[in-house]
Amino acid sequence: MIKTTQTIESNTCYHCGDYAGESTFQIEDKSFCCRGCQTVYEIINKSDLCSYYEIENKPGINQKQEIRKGKYDFLDDQLIIKKLIHFQDDNHQHVVFYLPQMHCASCIWILEHLNKIDGGIIKSQVNFIKKEVTIIYNFNATSLKKVVEALTIIGYEPHISLNDIHSNKIKKYDTTRIVKLGIAGFCFGNIMMLSFPEYFSFAKSDDADLKFWFNYLNLFLSLPVFFYSASEFFISGYKGIRQRFLNIDAPIALAVLITFTRSVYEIVSQTGSGYLDSMSGIVFFMLVGRYFQNRTYQSISFERDFTSYFPLGVSVINADGSEKQISVSELKVGDRIKIHNDEIVPADAMLFLGKATIDYSFVTGESIPVEKNISEIVYAGGKQTSGAIELEVIKEVSQSYLTQLWNNETFTKEKKIVKVSFIHQVSRYFTYILFSIAILATMYWMLNDPSKVWGAFTSVLIVACPCALLLSATFTNGNMIRILNKYKLYVKNSSVIEHMSDIDTIVFDKTGTITEQGRSEVEFRGPSLAAEQIQFIQSLAHQSNHPLSKSIISFLPIQKIVSVKNYQEIKGLGTSAIINDVLVKMGSAEFVNGHSVSNWQSGSIVYISINDKPLGFFSIKNAYRVGLKDIIKELGSQFDLKILSGDNASEEPYLKTLFGDHTEMLFYQKPEDKLNFIKHLQQQKKKVLMIGDGLNDAGALKQSEVGIAISDNTNNFSPACDAVLSGKNFKLLKELINYCRKEKIIIYASFVLSIFYNFIGIYFAVQGDLLPVIAAILMPISSISIVLLTTGLSSYYELKLKK
Amino acid sequence: MSAIYIMVGASLLLAIGFLIAFIWSVKTNQYEDDYTPSVRMLFDNTTTQENKQEINNQTKKTK
Repeated sequence: MIKTTQTIESNTCYHCGDYAGESTFQIEDKSFCCRGCQTVYEIINKSDLCSYYEIENKPGINQKQEIRKGKYDFLDDQLIIKKLIHFQDDNHQHVVFYLPQMHCASCIWILEHLNKIDGGIIKSQVNFIKKEVTIIYNFNATSLKKVVEALTIIGYEPHISLNDIHSNKIKKYDTTRIVKLGIAGFCFGNIMMLSFPEYFSFAKSDDADLKFWFNYLNLFLSLPVFFYSASEFFISGYKGIRQRFLNIDAPIALAVLITFTRSVYEIVSQTGSGYLDSMSGIVFFMLVGRYFQNRTYQSISFERDFTSYFPLGVSVINADGSEKQISVSELKVGDRIKIHNDEIVPADAMLFLGKATIDYSFVTGESIPVEKNISEIVYAGGKQTSGAIELEVIKEVSQSYLTQLWNNETFTKEKKIVKVSFIHQVSRYFTYILFSIAILATMYWMLNDPSKVWGAFTSVLIVACPCALLLSATFTNGNMIRILNKYKLYVKNSSVIEHMSDIDTIVFDKTGTITEQGRSEVEFRGPSLAAEQIQFIQSLAHQSNHPLSKSIISFLPIQKIVSVKNYQEIKGLGTSAIINDVLVKMGSAEFVNGHSVSNWQSGSIVYISINDKPLGFFSIKNAYRVGLKDIIKELGSQFDLKILSGDNASEEPYLKTLFGDHTEMLFYQKPEDKLNFIKHLQQQKKKVLMIGDGLNDAGALKQSEVGIAISDNTNNFSPACDAVLSGKNFKLLKELINYCRKEKIIIYASFVLSIFYNFIGIYFAVQGDLLPVIAAILMPISSISIVLLTTGLSSYYELKLKK
Repeated sequence: MSAIYIMVGASLLLAIGFLIAFIWSVKTNQYEDDYTPSVRMLFDNTTTQENKQEINNQTKKTK
């Protein structure tokens, strides 16, 4: 481990590396930024787990925010336990938790040594990519609640949401495809090897015995390929035909079937050695292609709905004033609930008691909290950020303003395949041409040499199956997905690329999409501040974790932080402290005794006072993305742009200057309005790309041809969508869409190449004497050159993307 | 040439052995997480004898 210099050591927290200053939290020579971090260190030290600090420097998670006692009381409920755990035997329970805080090797280390913190834990295993930990514990010695609390105490609070009990099946990693691939590869290799004597024809008459045995061995080896590995082509082809749709799998299945039967016939009748090598080879290559195309990115989930955000338990206040933790799904209208700091309001409710400052960033992308007064309605999905409040539920969870969106038919019906991939259509023409050639050859030989009819007909079908088309498509898509991934556009599957190329309309959400989450535009109104005043304000803001304080810190010029005394943070009002014997306050107007500005248009306002003398205020609003104007101008030249916002229209004049006067802009849009707007556009035959970020866009994202969720922080949750784009690469949107448009060009190009090989094959095939060795040479050469061409072309277009 | 029957048979058996090993590794989810084990192996092994026993028992039970 590299020791940083002593001065920095003493200034930053030993646990989390945050600024600690001359903090009072000290153990030996180690200082901590807050009590939380100190406690974690003590626990880790006591449990003999200090390697945690040696693997990575300052790996801890900041503990400024304390976790409320009794938060996890609902985990004592046997019904909830049963739904959360994955496996149970006489003494042990297995549970999997999602820990979004996991970020380094130290995390893996400490999470795999949990048994030192709680002796009842038997084994814990981390999956770092998925940020999951599997814990096996003895439920006689500890309990689910204690395990969760142990995790919480060391800073890894598990994300337990409503979703965890709704979908209790473990998402099994699908292994059948890999096994099929392995078996096909194995058989292909061995059959190829056993066919070598045949290729070089040294096994002439004197070795008939050897030939006989090798042929039968080949036949034996080809059985698992035909019946197991290739089964998905047969199943999918059959399904397609039953739905009166000829997909690409049907002609492939036919070719495999004909190759196999002809080979069996030749081997049994001892007239030849068949084409089992080519058959197993092509099955193997096609499976490789499909595997390559369907590799999914485990770290990103595309299926999240509101249940992934909502808490599992909520405190209900009984008539006699006692508190009880119940499952959110049991909430009824009229229940009195208590929402603690940093908890999500699970149902539409009326504020009854306390000061509500609701952060709707999950829902709308708006990161600046909204204040609510008593008897105002707080909509489900908002996060309380200023202490505990009491509310009365006015709508059940599933009927709330936000959540009823999921009752819409768009969600209840499976997303229909709106458009059939063009691959299937191309393969259909291909099949018609192929059959015509086969029939022509048959007719020719019927007239000239009837003994060759059967040979010519089957050979044509064997040599020219549309496998090449499938290979082109799968390898192109696989490679494009990989390249898009590099540019932080994570697509759900390959059909998204094809849909993307047809887009003609782009609909933007406003907040969090064209504005940047977490970055804000700060403006100071008032007489200009002296350097010392700035220093005081900054030192005070440094103490608080509030997003507004963070915005102010980044706005002010950097100053040396001075130590503060009597620091206070009153949730929902503001913070105050004594700095150099001067009382510094920042927060709401009433808190700092300032005059509130009544007619300020948008954003939040933070007032400042020093020694109770008002100095002015900061106005903070979400900032538009850097270079938005140019991005919009470029996109506007190619696509029809529209804006859908849940906010008020105060920004409309500014947006008009960015997007031009003709761009349709709709404000005050409810989640369902957004969905219906997309539907309306689609009825006008528009192909819509929806770009949003919050849960209120979920309906529109689902309904549109392609729904892209913008995420400024990849750890963030994004709602169900077709693709996730990192906010940093928002500027590349046009280039990325145009890159997706190249998909068809690449597939057609490699298809033309494969037709060239097909002509050579067909030339031999129509003559009725296709030697196995020719088939065996053509097959891998065409497959490999297709793979090379597609990867080459997609990388070539990537170069253009870079510019 | 009769040696070739034995050789082919032996090579095939050997290859089938590897195939079975491959299928086993896939079925026991060894391909599920290809990152964490690479980090895990670098940690010092501080597991005590007794909880090792328990881990072993546990993994047997899970199957």
